[in-house]
Amino acid sequence: MERLLSVIAGLSLLLMAMVLFNIRRAHVRVEYSVSWLAAAALLLALSQWEWGLMSFAHLMGMNDPPVVMLLIVGSVFVAVFFRFSVVMSDLKDANIALTQKVAVLEYQLNCLHEKLETTTDGN
Amino acid sequence: MAVIAPRGPDSLLLLIPAYNEEGAVASVIEEIQRYHSDLPILVLDDCSADGTRSEAIRAGAEVITVPHHLGLGGCVQAGYRLAYDLGFDYVIRLDGDGQHDPRYISLLYETLKTSGVQMVIGSRYVDGSGEYTSAIRGLGVVFFRWFLSLILSKRVHDPTSGFVGVNRQALEVFARSFPLEYPEIEALVVLKRLLFQFEEVPVKMRKRMAGRSTITPIRSLYYVLHVLLGVLVNILKYQGGKR
Repeated sequence: MERLLSVIAGLSLLLMAMVLFNIRRAHVRVEYSVSWLAAAALLLALSQWEWGLMSFAHLMGMNDPPVVMLLIVGSVFVAVFFRFSVVMSDLKDANIALTQKVAVLEYQLNCLHEKLETTTDGN
Repeated sequence: MAVIAPRGPDSLLLLIPAYNEEGAVASVIEEIQRYHSDLPILVLDDCSADGTRSEAIRAGAEVITVPHHLGLGGCVQAGYRLAYDLGFDYVIRLDGDGQHDPRYISLLYETLKTSGVQMVIGSRYVDGSGEYTSAIRGLGVVFFRWFLSLILSKRVHDPTSGFVGVNRQALEVFARSFPLEYPEIEALVVLKRLLFQFEEVPVKMRKRMAGRSTITPIRSLYYVLHVLLGVLVNILKYQGGKR
């Protein structure tokens, strides 16, 4: 169990470092990095807080803390992925609306250009 | 080219969504102009990779090209939005592949004006014919006919028909929110949610002039699941007919 918790702690630190590095490089926006940082912090805390993990395992009616830890890891990642599905759906809706708007504006602009050219030629 | 505008009361706009239909779209437009030379035609080019746009312009239609492929629903909604903003009273949608016979436009239009329903569907099954339907589509139609009769409390003969006319009330709703993919069936449930009415009129459909249907046998399963989920979501959104 000690080894598993150490691995999880190491992975959590790695995840945090990766997220922070990408924020610094502007590859990830701050608002979308919060979920990952919170997930990494939670996993790090649980991996270092054995009493808390044992209590949680007891609460869940499970005698095997490593299994509980893996369950928590899985749940945290599912929650983060779900949040990003919501974000992606919002972005897709916004993209569709913008694409439609651009198409309509382009059409109206072309019409105006042609009208302007006709007027200029007429003069 | 001038921005299309409603002409007088009961103004009607014809929408033709098209994706890679360079082989058919010009013929469709020319055929419409033969029967309805006074009606404005707007082709919605869903970012085609071929000459759909130029063919449609050559044939004399107004064309909106979306800068990114949106799928049928997204593309049609762009047309609904423009039609609503410009103040059109009615919009009739035909496919760009030539399956819909423009001689029936008058029937849909008159039914929209006189019946008071918000949507009219050109149905190939009302008179019992249903020619030029693939076996897979036919199976899908039978399934969704049964499924929708449970939800709509009304029989729909041709729930997958894209030959559809809407009045301004439905136009307002669809301009705001329209299913992105495979919109026909979900649109019916949206109407039901708002206590809107629809009616079917018999039309004859033809073989597509060119190109291939985007609904392949493998995609059919995805289609069924997608539409079922979309319908379920619309049922969950039911607000007691609040508009």
